Amino acid sequence: MLAQIEGSQAVAEAVVLCRPDVIAAYPISPQTHIVERLSRMVKQGDVGRCQYLNVESEFAALSVLIGASAAGARTYTATTSQGLLFMAEAVYNAAGLGLPIVMTITNRAIGAPINIWNDHSDSMALRDAGWIQLYAETNQEAADLHIQAFRLAEELSCPVMVCMDGYILTHAYEAVDVPTQSLVDTFLPPFSPVQVLDPNEPISIGAMVGPEAFTEVKYLAHQQYLRALTLIPEVAGAFEQQFQRHSGGLCSPYRMEDADAAVIALGSVIGTIKDAVDELRGEGIAAGCVKIGCYRPFPMLQLRAALEGVARVIVVEKDLAVGMGGIVSADVQRALQGLPIPVHTVIAGLGGRSIPKSSLKQMVHDARAERLNEPHFLDLNRTVIDNELARRREQRRAGPVAEHVIRAINAIGTKVV
Amino acid sequence: MSTSRIKFYQTGTYTAGNRLLDEAARTVQSRMDRTNSLNSGHRACQGCGEALGARYAVDAAMRASHNRLIAINATGCLEVFSSPYPESAWQIPWMHSLFGNAPAVASGVAAALRAKGRDDVKVIAQGGDGATVDIGFGCLSGLFERNDDVLYLCYDNEAYMNTGIQRSGATPPFAQTNTTQAVGEAPGNPTGTGKNVPRIAMAHGIPYVATASVADLHDLEAKVTNAMGLQGARYIHIHVPCPLGWGSDPAHTIKVARMAVESGLFPLFEAQFGMVVDRTLIRHKVPVERYLELQDRFKHLFGPQGSPDAIAAIQSIADANIATYGLIA
Repeated sequence: MLAQIEGSQAVAEAVVLCRPDVIAAYPISPQTHIVERLSRMVKQGDVGRCQYLNVESEFAALSVLIGASAAGARTYTATTSQGLLFMAEAVYNAAGLGLPIVMTITNRAIGAPINIWNDHSDSMALRDAGWIQLYAETNQEAADLHIQAFRLAEELSCPVMVCMDGYILTHAYEAVDVPTQSLVDTFLPPFSPVQVLDPNEPISIGAMVGPEAFTEVKYLAHQQYLRALTLIPEVAGAFEQQFQRHSGGLCSPYRMEDADAAVIALGSVIGTIKDAVDELRGEGIAAGCVKIGCYRPFPMLQLRAALEGVARVIVVEKDLAVGMGGIVSADVQRALQGLPIPVHTVIAGLGGRSIPKSSLKQMVHDARAERLNEPHFLDLNRTVIDNELARRREQRRAGPVAEHVIRAINAIGTKVV
Repeated sequence: MSTSRIKFYQTGTYTAGNRLLDEAARTVQSRMDRTNSLNSGHRACQGCGEALGARYAVDAAMRASHNRLIAINATGCLEVFSSPYPESAWQIPWMHSLFGNAPAVASGVAAALRAKGRDDVKVIAQGGDGATVDIGFGCLSGLFERNDDVLYLCYDNEAYMNTGIQRSGATPPFAQTNTTQAVGEAPGNPTGTGKNVPRIAMAHGIPYVATASVADLHDLEAKVTNAMGLQGARYIHIHVPCPLGWGSDPAHTIKVARMAVESGLFPLFEAQFGMVVDRTLIRHKVPVERYLELQDRFKHLFGPQGSPDAIAAIQSIADANIATYGLIA
């Protein structure tokens, strides 16, 4: 049934429909609305015998789920940014142990300077931890991906991160179709773990593995993980059949027929990019875009197939590998290896900087005219940069950069003139 | 919760003499139906106090739970020597996740059992002093304050032994480790540092806190049994000598542990809801030298280059313990 609700509420309701057994969470903005809602629903008895644990850190939150999942429970948590980094050790551990935990990442920047607004630095930092990473474009998709995530995780014995843009999605109210319990029950069978801590069948989990077997263990994990590339489209297909709408999948092309320039991105910015593509098409420019819905494992072949005919690719990414440039674009380049297609890297939306349609259109014009820097920083305030660099040239101990920049812009929050 | 204590003055030890007792009064370890939860064949060093303590503690917990037990283990000696793939010495459901998260993992297991309505299965977590008083301390405190239904067993050998004998927050004053060497103006571990986790556990007001030692295995088993009879967060801090790390004779593990108890350096007590309810009286008080001289880690305190002041300072710690807990009747 369609409801006008906040993204966080939609996700919380979707998680409850998946009948979790154990939820553990530590509050951090912008994840809080999800876990507050879950806590309330558990406390008022709407989630069966589900246990909600208020823990002392994100590291503990995921560690609780590691124990609970190994004991056969369906488990869920949500975090973001510093919280994801604080639990990093457990993130790798959960994947290594093959535990099908589902975690929402309400994507947020990483400090310093401390910043609570949206970009993808957090989930990108943990992209190779062995979790499946799905990125939601809309609140509807965010809700739907959670229902798919539990099924994927449990079929593969592999944890899943559902990434949704902090504030842009989590705090946005829009119409979301929250499905019925019976539909979800049909789609998602009860959790039946492949290994479980049980006195009736005592096993040791988490043994020490030395050089003689570690490579083989990792190889098998890699092969198992790659199965997701087959399973994700299947699960998305089954979901569409059950719920009568498309959500998820590996990557989704938009107006890519005869496209000359293709814009690639993850998450909510795809909406704005589609609008920009429409307007560019109206101006006679053959633009298109491809959404990467599953970033890990990386849909190398599917992306290559979607991009084969284009003249250029522009990757718009909300992250920065400092000293290197783009993260997603490096993967896209690998996918296009051997093809004569230039891949531009555009760093955009860092720390919540808005990505206006006009800037995206200009970006495509600049790319076609070979005017983009590599990497290109969208809407960079060059005056502020030059002033700061001049200050540093004059004075070795020039003081705190972040404070100088804020003063130069004379801005509050993210408002940039 | 006093248990009747069995004394064998004829042998001068608490550890022998099961055959003189009724079947029911014998240790769990001396019974034919003991579970050997931590089975033989593991790779602990000769004279390992931790292996001994774990064997007694876990078997006692198994008996108390009617063999319905799940154990979580922090990274450390106990984990490494018991579980090198593909050999596991554990005959119970056992899991190792990370160094610093054993209490939280155990909380998760307990939560899963609650969610599934399984009240027949009990959960223990175990780790060394590094995992407990240092890196896992946040998770331990979280387990305590939520009063999750877990018994946490700390095997305290007073340093990071698995990584090669470095100082922990449980390393005693003046002890030499590989990061508190017996060199410089103040040789060994600095005084005025470290923390007393049993007292901190008590400050959480949890149902049960006890200290125990491999010097008194009847007492250790009794405390595990007492703890297993209660609900909520429970903590037992077990003193386990490490011959390798302490520079003591592997044949002297029990003797070293006993000297720690009899000198007053390691007081044995039980507490409920933050209040001490019982303690073990010292039978024959010994000066701390009898404990220290058995261990190379305190060697720099003796001899012509030694430090009588340091020994006096350690003696004053023992005397303070004796006064605090009333260890001498």
